[in-house]
Amino acid sequence: MTDTDPLIPLPIDPDVEETPMGEPRPVHLRVSALAVVAAGGTAGAATREALTLAFPSASGAVPWTILAINLVGAFLLAFLLDALARRGADHGRRRTLRLLVGTGFMGGFTTYSALATDAASLIGGGAVGTGVAYGLGTVVLGGIATWAGIVIATLAHRSRTGGRS
Amino acid sequence: MTPLLFLGVAVAGGLGSACRLLLDGVIRSRTRGTTPWGTIVINLTGSFLLGLVTGVSSVHLLPEAAHLVLGAGFLGGYTTFSTASFETVRLLQERKWVAGGLNGLGVLIATTVLAGLGLWIGSIL
Repeated sequence: MTDTDPLIPLPIDPDVEETPMGEPRPVHLRVSALAVVAAGGTAGAATREALTLAFPSASGAVPWTILAINLVGAFLLAFLLDALARRGADHGRRRTLRLLVGTGFMGGFTTYSALATDAASLIGGGAVGTGVAYGLGTVVLGGIATWAGIVIATLAHRSRTGGRS
Repeated sequence: MTPLLFLGVAVAGGLGSACRLLLDGVIRSRTRGTTPWGTIVINLTGSFLLGLVTGVSSVHLLPEAAHLVLGAGFLGGYTTFSTASFETVRLLQERKWVAGGLNGLGVLIATTVLAGLGLWIGSIL
C-alpha cells in the first residue's frame, strides 16, 4: 500500500482534478460546485475582513494581519488536501468538502492581490527593504507552512492507522 | 464599517472565489503540463486590478465602499495565496526546481510589479 508514503500523488492544481472519461461536465462548469465554492469563499472573505478590522495595520508598515492570514490559510489548505487525498478518491463528500473548505474558504480567506499591492506600496513609498522582506518572507514562510501542513497530515494519518496501512 | 458593507465585502469574496474556480478550470482545460497556469493568471490579473482599484481610490475617484467591495471583497476572494503556495511546494516535491521557483519567486515579483503598475496608472487617472 502507498498509504503511508509521504509523497502520494496529490494533484499539482487542487482546484481542478482530472475528470474521468464519461463524466458529463467538468467540476468548474457545474452550478452546484460554483455555488459551494462561492459559499465557502464568502465565509473565508468575511473571516479575513473581520480579522483585518479587528487588527488593523498602520499604513507604511508590514500588514501583519494579512501575513498571518496567508500563513495560517496555507498551512490549513495543505493539511486539508493531504488529509482528504489519504482518505480516498476525490468524489462525493470529500470533493464537496475540498471545494467548500479548500477552494472556497481557504481561497477566499487568503489573498495574493493584497500581498502584491501592499508590497508594491511599501516599495513605491520608499520602504524598499520592508516591502521586499514582506513579499519574500510571505512566500518563503508560506512554503514552510504548506510543507508543515502536508507533513502533519501525513503523521496524523499514520497515528490514526497505527502505522499500518 | 456598516453591517451592509461587511456583507457586501463577504458576498463579493464569494463571487470572486467562484470566478477563480471557473477561470482556473477553463485555463486548465486548455493548457498542458504541470505548470499551474490557472492560478498564475488569476493572481497576476487580480494583483494588477487591486493595484488599479487602490490607485484610483487613493485619488478619491472611487468611493471607499466600492474600493472595499471590489478590493478586499471580490479581488481578495478571486486571488489566493494558499493554493499558489501549495502548487509551489508540490512542484518542488516533484523536483521541478525551475517551475517551482518561478511559481514561488517569479509570480511574487511579477504580481508586485503589476500591482505597482496598477497603483501608478490608477493614481494618474
